[in-house]
Amino acid sequence: MAGEEDRTHAQKRPETGTLLDARGLTKRFGDILANDRVDLAINTGEIHALLGENGAGKSTLVKMFYGSLEPDGGAISWQGRTVAITSPAEARALGIGMVFQHFSLFEALTVAENIALAFPKPGNMRKLAARIREVSEDYGLPLDPDAVVADLPVGIRQRIEIVRCLLQEPRLIIMDEPTSVLTPQEADRLFLTLQRLASEGCAVLYISHRLEEVQRICHHATILRHGKVVRECDPTRETAASLARMMVGTEVMGVSITDHEPAIGRTRLALRNLTSPATNPFATELRGINLDVRAGEVVAIAGVAGNGQGELFDAVSGEVRVGPDMVCLDDGPCGNRDITWRRRRNAAFVPEERLGHGAVPGMKLSQNVILTRHGTGDGLSSAGFLSSKMAVGIEQRIKKTYDVRMSHDDPEARSLSGGNLQKFVVGRELDRKPGILVVNQPTWGVDAGAAALIRQALIDLARSGSAVLVISQDLDEIFEIADRIAVISRGHLSGAEDARTMTRERIGLLMAGDAEKAGAA
Amino acid sequence: MRIELVKRKEQSRAMLLLSPLIAVGLTLITAALLFIVTGKDPALGLYKFFIEPLTDTWSLQEIVVKATPLILIACGLSVCFLSNNWNIGAEGQFVFGAICGCFLPILFPEFANGATLPLMLLFGALGGAAWAFIPAILKTRFNTNEILTSLMLVYVAGLLLDYLVRGPWRDPGGFNFPESRIFSDAATLPAIGDGRMSLSAPIALIVVVVLAIVLARTMKGFEIRVMGESPRAGSFAGFSAKKLTLFAFAFAGAMAGLAGTMEVSGSLNQLLPSISPGYGFTAIIVAFLGRLNPVGILVAGFILALSYIGGEAVQASMGVSDKIASVIQGLLLFYVLACDTLILYQVRLSRARPAAIAGEAEHV
Ligand SMILES: Nc1ncnc2c1ncn2[C@@H]1O[C@H](COP(=O)(O)OP(=O)(O)OP(=O)(O)O)[C@@H](O)[C@H]1O
Ligand SMILES: [Mg+2]
Repeated sequence: MAGEEDRTHAQKRPETGTLLDARGLTKRFGDILANDRVDLAINTGEIHALLGENGAGKSTLVKMFYGSLEPDGGAISWQGRTVAITSPAEARALGIGMVFQHFSLFEALTVAENIALAFPKPGNMRKLAARIREVSEDYGLPLDPDAVVADLPVGIRQRIEIVRCLLQEPRLIIMDEPTSVLTPQEADRLFLTLQRLASEGCAVLYISHRLEEVQRICHHATILRHGKVVRECDPTRETAASLARMMVGTEVMGVSITDHEPAIGRTRLALRNLTSPATNPFATELRGINLDVRAGEVVAIAGVAGNGQGELFDAVSGEVRVGPDMVCLDDGPCGNRDITWRRRRNAAFVPEERLGHGAVPGMKLSQNVILTRHGTGDGLSSAGFLSSKMAVGIEQRIKKTYDVRMSHDDPEARSLSGGNLQKFVVGRELDRKPGILVVNQPTWGVDAGAAALIRQALIDLARSGSAVLVISQDLDEIFEIADRIAVISRGHLSGAEDARTMTRERIGLLMAGDAEKAGAA
Repeated sequence: MRIELVKRKEQSRAMLLLSPLIAVGLTLITAALLFIVTGKDPALGLYKFFIEPLTDTWSLQEIVVKATPLILIACGLSVCFLSNNWNIGAEGQFVFGAICGCFLPILFPEFANGATLPLMLLFGALGGAAWAFIPAILKTRFNTNEILTSLMLVYVAGLLLDYLVRGPWRDPGGFNFPESRIFSDAATLPAIGDGRMSLSAPIALIVVVVLAIVLARTMKGFEIRVMGESPRAGSFAGFSAKKLTLFAFAFAGAMAGLAGTMEVSGSLNQLLPSISPGYGFTAIIVAFLGRLNPVGILVAGFILALSYIGGEAVQASMGVSDKIASVIQGLLLFYVLACDTLILYQVRLSRARPAAIAGEAEHV
């Protein structure tokens, strides 16, 4: 948190004149108005927060600024001139840069090649690579220009998007939930970057569900609810709770851990000396990971992105096979079994990347129900034939229980707002009441209310006798829900320790490399 | 100034269905221009090419005869293309399938009973599948590009057939003509009607129906669609990309091999140095014109079959080169792809080099 005086000096809304002024912007998708006559003015040199629940219309609004969606009504003026921004290339030419909520990178290309594509004249690749290295280091987001994107974890991909944006020297940077996949340290560096950019006269439009960070760095906030602007305010004068109230319209509930004394049962998920070589030069090797997750408890794995979380998830889920005894479900060795086999043994998995891994973008939600549940005795597939009626039934149930909001019935996964899709992919597995649940970043990009809902559901699942393993980079989340905490660092996992005695300092030390010793011990 | 393609922000479903029709319309217009350029009456030319074949029973039957292999092969190819396997070698699979299907009546002519025909069809399908398996295995094992390997195998199969009918399989009583012996009745697909139509047409129809059901309603169809759109999500669903590649190639090869065997057994009745007027390649057009959908393929198969018959018709009656058929087929593919592109993209003039970012389209 920034100090009091810090705030009053650095965070007053700069009166430097309007850079971008939107009047009456309207966007309709089918029956719903995703944006309803939205007015928004961004001043030069300010960090402007755009807040709202999942599905409030934030991404839709900024996509119109960036020319990737066409408004149905209203006007945008840029530096006093009315403009029609009809394509992202045009937006970039004006000086508007954007970091998307879901990534927009070519997986088969290198970091430098991806960045080169965003420039009208990229010039010499070697020079560009050198600049990437320089700018990324300068802003504290180091990148290897020659790495192939497919091999990089989510956190680094986010970084590429940010650096690509910075290299264009934009006048306005739009960031759609940039920190949801960054570690606290990475986020801190990003904030310094943003503050520096603002002081250099660049404006930032900042979308985030993390209200503390909004209060910390933003000068001004606009709040959307159901597509309409409901309030503008100075976030420094608000509390996280009052901001949340403005977004939702009612009080937001926290997680209730009434009974923090779980009834621990037998071990349901066991990792025994789990070792798996790196499948590519940028992956992390898993080195002798040991962990027991028992019935009734939530175990969390903390760690900085790219320390083997994805690889661990893949090995536990069965997308990558390992030695049979390295992974045991309810005492049955299954390291060499595929993911469907494990699902049939009552295990469920939620990956980090919801679009393209957890869900097929162009398929309806009901079809995406089949994606993970075709083999689990839900009656979705019998004798090779699918039952779309069953699938729709389950989809409706998930939608109701987990409050997944959508513009029309059974939409394609890609047309859901980020947070709502996250609710869906988590809800899809929770709905099965699995005996063993492994989830990577359960609340990535969901709003405070929905995050509380998901966390509560994870705890309730554990208390009902399941084993829950949560991989997360969000320490607040971990302390909120975990009974025991382990730390992953460079492919080593520390022993899981009681959450009540664990401290942030100790986690920090383990992240910095002590996990290797602790894991070995 | 340069021309650039900009991804459209929103696309309409109606256009997606309309696009093949627009492509057919544009092909007709261009064909008319072609007739004018060659000094023929365009109205008469179009009539002879596209309408007249539909007015008499003989040519209607011929259309069915030509549409049958096209539809069968395109059905197989659609499974490949839907799952992102670019099998361009159906022509080779057709030929190799025919070779495998026909060794029985050629090498063992005295083996003629009720089992002959089913065995031939079985061997034909297996042979085509085996030929298609080569690029599939190369792809899954060594990561080779299946477009190249499957295409190159077309020429291997063609040369093999040529060698066989000129050499070891030449009809001993055939005055040294490069052709095999004529098949016995037991090895001939029963005819339907008085023309060259045979049992192959209803078999193709059954394949269309079964495939339509499989793609829309079964787990396998679901797997094919998921893997085509998002392999990573497919592996999360427990599907294996390698197994599916092998399956898709094997299925496409089997369909092509079956088509090849039925073409020889039902229509030609003997092996010749060349047994296909490019069915395997034309079927690629059929698959795309039919939107990779079995029912669409059924319609598209007849349209392209018409182009073969129409080509022969204008050659016979107006003295236009029968290459006109290939030209029109090519035009059709060109327009289908162009219309699809125009549905997804918008053409614009601009000064600067366009900058592209992956997935910007995803964000509409
Ligand atoms: N392409 C689309 N087609 C149909 N509906 C859409 C499309 N894109 C967005 N929507 C709908 O518009 C609404 C607003 O979505 P938007 O993505 O702007 O929300 P958001 O505020 O960014 O939410 P989140 O915090 O979850 O990312 C949602 O109800 C969503 O379902
Ligand atoms: Mg969003």
